[in-house]
Amino acid sequence: MPILKEVSGYIYPNEIELHWGILIVVYPYLTGLVAGAFILASLVKIFNVREVQATYRMALLTALAFLIVSPLPLLTHLGHPEKSFEIFLTPNTKSAMAMFGFVYAWYLMAVLLLEIWFDYRRDIILWEKKESGIKKWFHKLITLFSSDASEQSLTFDRKAIKLITIIGIPSAFLLHGYVGFIFGSIKANPWWSSVLMPIVFLFSAIVSGIALVLLIYMVVTPMRGKEIDMACLNKLASYLFYVMIIDFSLEALDFIHRIYESEESIHILSELVMGKLFVSLIVIQLLIGMIVPLLAIAGVKLFKAPDELRKQVYFLSALLVQVGIFSTRWNVVIGGQLFSKSFSGLTAYKMTFLGLEGLLMSLFLLLLPFIILYVLFRVLPPWEEMREAQ
Amino acid sequence: MKWKRIPQQLQRLIILAAIFAVLFLIVRSFLIPVDFGKYGHYRASAVEEIIAQGMHYAGQEACYDCHEDVFETKRGGFHQNVSCEVCHGPAFTHAETTDTAELEAPTGRGYCPVCHEYLPSRPTGFPQIVSASHNPMKPCITCHEPHDPEPPQAPAECTACHAEIARTKSLSHHVYVPCMRCHETPEEHKINPRKVLPGKPKTREFCGGCHAQDAPADKGIPRIDMASHNVRYVCWQCHYPHLPEAR
Amino acid sequence: MKYKVKESSKKLPDRRTFIQTLGSSCVLLLVPKFLFARENKKGAAWTYSNGYAPSEHYYGMGIDISKCIGCGRCANACKLENDVPREPFFFRTWVERYRIFEDGEVAIDSPNGAADGFKPGSAPEKNLVRNFFVPKICNQCDKPPCVQVCPVGATFKTPDGVVLVDSQYCIGCRYCIQACPYGARYLHPEKRVADKCTFCYHRIVKEKLPACVEVCPTQARIFGELEKKASPLVRFMRMNKISVLKPSLNTEPKVYYANFDMEVR
Repeated sequence: MPILKEVSGYIYPNEIELHWGILIVVYPYLTGLVAGAFILASLVKIFNVREVQATYRMALLTALAFLIVSPLPLLTHLGHPEKSFEIFLTPNTKSAMAMFGFVYAWYLMAVLLLEIWFDYRRDIILWEKKESGIKKWFHKLITLFSSDASEQSLTFDRKAIKLITIIGIPSAFLLHGYVGFIFGSIKANPWWSSVLMPIVFLFSAIVSGIALVLLIYMVVTPMRGKEIDMACLNKLASYLFYVMIIDFSLEALDFIHRIYESEESIHILSELVMGKLFVSLIVIQLLIGMIVPLLAIAGVKLFKAPDELRKQVYFLSALLVQVGIFSTRWNVVIGGQLFSKSFSGLTAYKMTFLGLEGLLMSLFLLLLPFIILYVLFRVLPPWEEMREAQ
Repeated sequence: MKWKRIPQQLQRLIILAAIFAVLFLIVRSFLIPVDFGKYGHYRASAVEEIIAQGMHYAGQEACYDCHEDVFETKRGGFHQNVSCEVCHGPAFTHAETTDTAELEAPTGRGYCPVCHEYLPSRPTGFPQIVSASHNPMKPCITCHEPHDPEPPQAPAECTACHAEIARTKSLSHHVYVPCMRCHETPEEHKINPRKVLPGKPKTREFCGGCHAQDAPADKGIPRIDMASHNVRYVCWQCHYPHLPEAR
Repeated sequence: MKYKVKESSKKLPDRRTFIQTLGSSCVLLLVPKFLFARENKKGAAWTYSNGYAPSEHYYGMGIDISKCIGCGRCANACKLENDVPREPFFFRTWVERYRIFEDGEVAIDSPNGAADGFKPGSAPEKNLVRNFFVPKICNQCDKPPCVQVCPVGATFKTPDGVVLVDSQYCIGCRYCIQACPYGARYLHPEKRVADKCTFCYHRIVKEKLPACVEVCPTQARIFGELEKKASPLVRFMRMNKISVLKPSLNTEPKVYYANFDMEVR
């Protein structure tokens, strides 16, 4: 086997194959974007920040588009996808992974869909009255044939949204914190086993979600022939900056804690970080994905750069942040399997291009949310000018 | 709260949720295997499926049912605990249907060294040979009866079994000191290596025979003051005699 | 109009409402029971179709490192007995060779899991201080992390302490493989489900020894009952100083090693 050449030291014989490949890298990346985008939307709602109001619906739809896709990488990586329903039918209550069904269903049905529904309901009813054909019927269907747009019922909608937002923030924390817990609770793996894991996952999720909404806003607005609102952009960039600071501190804390405690696994982990993970962890995740964007955003804010330069810097920073967060997921998932649990050797990951668990599939799954998002933008336009006047 | 007083949109949602819940429960009751959870959180029939797996190894009791003569030969010998199927291979089919599946035993030189080739990691005292130099052209069974192997003659040299120590000693100043000078070895040890063990020097004076200040030995040999040098230990408790520190 | 709380509901409820509420809450209380728990006879005595009663047994394995000669017959027999794929690298049991040199360096290897034994190879240039073989196998933990993490209940512990995999029910998520600290599980390449040592469950319920124990020529492996006085395993544990692998993880392994070395992981 050619992979044997890439093995250094001793690994248990069953460890030659990496069990969680790039699809499991994509999965937490996607759910992270969901949680991040939703938390951004909730911040807008709860603190009623006027500048970023324009991104509220956009963030909700982004969260929905990515949430629809997020279970797909899990499904395709299973040995038997056709048996996946068992996780809903006979969930092992002691298994963190079995909670996936509940967390996902709760988040999709009780939080995201409801919030979008209540927020759009009045507009859809008003749109539907002006429309005809399939579009009319589709809009009728998604209002569940309720056409009550009286002031009284709108008051109820607003209250409902408030309530859902309040439930929604802990739910979003739960969704991604839970993904972190899946890794953080594996005591057999010292690279994963950490109480900070869910929190680090959460904050990196918020980072990636804000950066994504910023990117989508910057791409979509000119495409619609509109002017980018600098106040909104500046606010988004500030949010991004502060959350990145928190994320950076948490990761640094985790890192320092590991080195300071210096447990049995420290030798193999430092060999891993300085060797096979050096480029993806130190160079891409830390330098390109974290420090460079932080300095860039701080720079344009500090030196009061002109708007045109700001736009470019924000856009590039947000792109780099995406690369960095994807790399974070890679380093957790793949990194955690590159060393043997005998702590005596390192193995390698051979990614395939084709096949259900290959690179092509992952690229498709990363692209799919954008296609869904495009459709959502068409049927539920989130633009401010589409809001029907009160 | 009366149903009519619930806002219309909430009514619709409640109906939808109820439909979903009922559908889920119905589908669920069809899809869960009937015996799931009978004994624990698993499918009870899984155990039956696992124990229905076919056997390949019959176990040596099954062999002795017919081959009592071999049992008699093996009894008391070095190979008495070596199960028949170690050399003859899985015998379950053979034991069930004697005439159809004949078993073979390896007769060449390939198989015995799997256990008896010299490897430094093998426990000391386990009989090992270097097959490249040990009668290289003869199959093992020409000299050794596999069911009751005896060394054809007692090993002539200690190195036949203790090659690892011999290799170490060959690098040391003690290379010309024969094993038996320090280890009193009863003849029986060659036949029953684990039961009858060789001795070790019991006193400091034994080593002092060469290394004491006034010992009648070669001048190049390092000397120590027996009276002051760590009196409470026998020499070999600190110095490894097969490779003494002074090289 | 505001949806205010009705005045009347602030008073004590009348009898009819009270009974209605009580009744419906009782029904609601049953919902989680219906959703999650259909486990009723857990721990109770029952027998398999061949008359074997699992609750009357409790199994473990003893491994004497100083007796292992590294012939690898166990790894080989296991593959034959359990139809484990022959091509590398899938093992329910394997043997590791440890060579610890004078300068403290540790060389560990397990060529093809030792299924073909170990070859003499070239002599190392450095001096060896300790060297030995260590057979490895699923530890059949008393607190198995693999069972804990299985999302669907496809891996479980029987009352006799053996951890099994239901290959019909496993969805192949591989979480159990990640959770096993001992590398004892693998994904079966054809069945696409998790697979591992069963202590040869199909043999032990018929009072036969596991295949690896049957063929071990030096009795380095001892299989037996942990909770009966007259058992070779209990004697083994009385006569030797015993260690388990990775005790700090609190998995409570039931594979016990004698003459253990600190370099063994």
